Amino acid sequence: MRSRTRIARAGRGLLIPLVTVVLAFIAGGFVVLFTGHDPFSTYGAIFDGTGLNWLFPWVTGTARTTAAFNLQQTLVAATPLILTGLSVAFAFRVGLFNIGAQGQYTVGGVMAVWIGSIFPNMNPVLHIVLAIAAAALMGAAWAAIAGWLRAVVGTHEVLSTIMLNWIAIWVATYLFQAGGPLQSTTEAGNPVSNTIVPSAHLPVIWGNPLLQGLSIGIFISLAAAVAFWAIMNRSTLGYEIRAVGHSPDAARGAGISVARSYAVTMAICGVFAGLAAATDVLGWEFQISTGDLTISQVGFLGIAVALLGRNTAIGTVAAALLFGALETGTSVRALNSNVFNPELASQLTLIIEGLVVLLVSTDLIAVRILGLPAKLGLGRPRAGTALDRGVPDEAATAAAVTEGLEGKLEQGV
Amino acid sequence: MTDQPPVLELREITKRFGPVVANDRVDFDLRAGEVHALLGENGAGKSTLMSVLYGLYSPTSGEILVDGRPVRIDSPNDAIDLGIGMVHQHFMFIPVMTITENIVLGSEPVRTGVGHTLGVLDRRTARDRVRELSDRYGLAVDPDARIEDVSVGMQQRVEILRALYRNARILVLDEPTAVLTAQEITELMGVIQRLKADGTAIIFISHKLGEVLEVADRVTVLRRGRSMGTVPRAGATEQSLARMVVGRDVIFRVEKEEATPGDPILEVEDLHVVDDRGLEAVRGATLTVRAGEIVALAGVDGNGQTELVEAITGIRAPVSGRVRVDGADITGRGVRRATEAGVAHIAQDRHRVGLVLPFTLAENLGLRRYRRPPLSRLGWLNLRSFAERAAGLISAFDVRGGGAETPAYALSGGNQQKVCIAREIDSEPRLLVAHQPTRGLDVGAIEFVHSRLIEQRDAGRGVLLVSLESEEVRSLADRILVIYEGRIVAEFPPEASEEELGIAMTGGTVVGA
Repeated sequence: MRSRTRIARAGRGLLIPLVTVVLAFIAGGFVVLFTGHDPFSTYGAIFDGTGLNWLFPWVTGTARTTAAFNLQQTLVAATPLILTGLSVAFAFRVGLFNIGAQGQYTVGGVMAVWIGSIFPNMNPVLHIVLAIAAAALMGAAWAAIAGWLRAVVGTHEVLSTIMLNWIAIWVATYLFQAGGPLQSTTEAGNPVSNTIVPSAHLPVIWGNPLLQGLSIGIFISLAAAVAFWAIMNRSTLGYEIRAVGHSPDAARGAGISVARSYAVTMAICGVFAGLAAATDVLGWEFQISTGDLTISQVGFLGIAVALLGRNTAIGTVAAALLFGALETGTSVRALNSNVFNPELASQLTLIIEGLVVLLVSTDLIAVRILGLPAKLGLGRPRAGTALDRGVPDEAATAAAVTEGLEGKLEQGV
Repeated sequence: MTDQPPVLELREITKRFGPVVANDRVDFDLRAGEVHALLGENGAGKSTLMSVLYGLYSPTSGEILVDGRPVRIDSPNDAIDLGIGMVHQHFMFIPVMTITENIVLGSEPVRTGVGHTLGVLDRRTARDRVRELSDRYGLAVDPDARIEDVSVGMQQRVEILRALYRNARILVLDEPTAVLTAQEITELMGVIQRLKADGTAIIFISHKLGEVLEVADRVTVLRRGRSMGTVPRAGATEQSLARMVVGRDVIFRVEKEEATPGDPILEVEDLHVVDDRGLEAVRGATLTVRAGEIVALAGVDGNGQTELVEAITGIRAPVSGRVRVDGADITGRGVRRATEAGVAHIAQDRHRVGLVLPFTLAENLGLRRYRRPPLSRLGWLNLRSFAERAAGLISAFDVRGGGAETPAYALSGGNQQKVCIAREIDSEPRLLVAHQPTRGLDVGAIEFVHSRLIEQRDAGRGVLLVSLESEEVRSLADRILVIYEGRIVAEFPPEASEEELGIAMTGGTVVGA
């Protein structure tokens, strides 16, 4: 009985995002059709572009080398998305809407690049740990500002995190721009940071370290997902967070400090986002330019990832892999331009991502299509989706996601 | 009676949810100009049956006849088209809109001419129609007030008006008195009489025996999804109905031994507390609860009871004054400190404060104790202990309708309250604060709650009972304190008459108090 309801609940939780994704792909297929291309061969080419064909044993020779490279890129792209997705999802579980992952990622990146570049002869293990810890702590401190404001003054976290994003981005821009205090000492004319010294490079486990091979950053992401799950489901802190997320009044009545839960949760969100920056900066970026700061959308995409992943650890990992694959599969570098124009394809990615967010946040459409008895479940409070709890309202979700996707559009073409 | 067919007939309605049979071949009929009460415990299947009627659920089997003709009702719109109106327990409004706007929403009158093409709302016609209906049935509302600004009683009248506006001939009132004050209940009864006289047929859902006997022409009792039969009001008594509802004789008088009060457990001294709006709600309350006695705090709602309870249980910090439990000063020290000092709290709002509804019963039952072994060690939960503890409490307190892994929202109100009580009593408190512990419960569950409170008293604990029901206060209390405008204004022995209490509760002076 007990395990059956559990499986049923888990099945339902899995089914809806799956249907959502399939629907988004079908809709995207029509878009491809309208541009005069064949959706099937286009999706086939995108699939090859993700490198997932590496998993097929019959892919050999140069195709296999290309596939391996593409798959590495997919995983490199997914690594920070997992972490920013966890950052947003963690906040959702306490009933907060963390739009600030982008800012937390930015300040984390500044710390990682600073620590990673100022100690030329440090023991690599020590150097890496120090740089990662600095990025995580900086992200935590940045996010904690929003948590503290919410807990003590009551400032809505949507407002404060949006503002903190801009502050982070422009302060970082100031630091790295020509004449800025952290601008490169070797490239005097360029608005870039110093380059990370080799002792702070994350070891590459697959592929060529000079060609953006896959670093151990992916393990940091996966370990973070495990930590997310353990904290949320097995610790007293996670129990308190979930209680506050479901019902702040009931939590207060049970002696849980709601303010403290908000502050601690936000700090942990910041750790995830800061780690995301560390995996990028120490794993393959090695240097930050002011252009990177405004172009990066990793934090905003984390919102979409968390929504699709239904705010669970495993779901977030899966959603981040999907988004990472889409990014890579439609990139100029990976997509076969004879089948589909990569510039169009990157727009297609945005369309699919947008549809996924739209469908997930409405949720209803998938439920209707599945023919589930909508009347039964929807009115009831449910665990798992913060949006159902009405805490972060949908207008705010839409605004945030639009902001993220718009930014991508500007950067894309 | 006449040869006319009943306006509504439900034949052999069965509704299953998986293995659960919520309605089992229920028959029900309704004649024009009649009030037919549907009585039953929480979870007996009343709401399910009405949801079937209103098109929210489709029945597994059975048929519905309106005016003798079989009909299909697949949605509330179908129901409305057939003249069925529903007044829900929880109102569904757009709070920022006016009463008129809320009433006409969905079938708005539009202006003629260009306004018609543009679909402009004809406010005057709408308002006139609302006013006409409200005058005819004595449903006093202010058509231009915004919903969020008016009382719960008026909101309910708006719900009734909304149904009438859509020409409802069959009106379903789902526990209409649960949210009303005594005065508003009297007014509602008047409205029902006028609707009846006008030929409207009314289904009156309730679990309160007294009001069913007052208002209904016939009563159908549901128990565990089955109809226990339909009886006319004439000849029915509270005892006979109660027996049908719970399936056995119910003890209305609470039987208890003489109290043997011991040392003071709770000492409240000159407490001042402000409410959410910053107004002083408790103005210098002083009271003592001793071990082994039930002290009842009686009063009209809104005289500072809630704020006083919140200050004692640590939820709200008082402005000044002292709260001591077992000699330990816990004034303004928070819920956690109060819990440690031995305060347990049965919250008045179990949905909002007492339970985390999406949490499982195991998680809910752990809320007071999760910080300590065996439920957790060094910050990590021991889920097996959670489950074992839950299983023990669920059987000890006879919680039905689910197990340790069932989410709390899936239980009926009475069983949810059992979960709250189980958790609070299990914390082995020195002081048990029970705030309206039987609100919204049926007779069987009320009996259960009362006997648990007396059990706690006999175990040497102090019990502070805050209740709006004077019957409950007089039957349970060893001492009655009356709160009025934030002060304790009188003390009575349990033998005090309803009149004496009533005068004190409304601010009158009582000789000798």
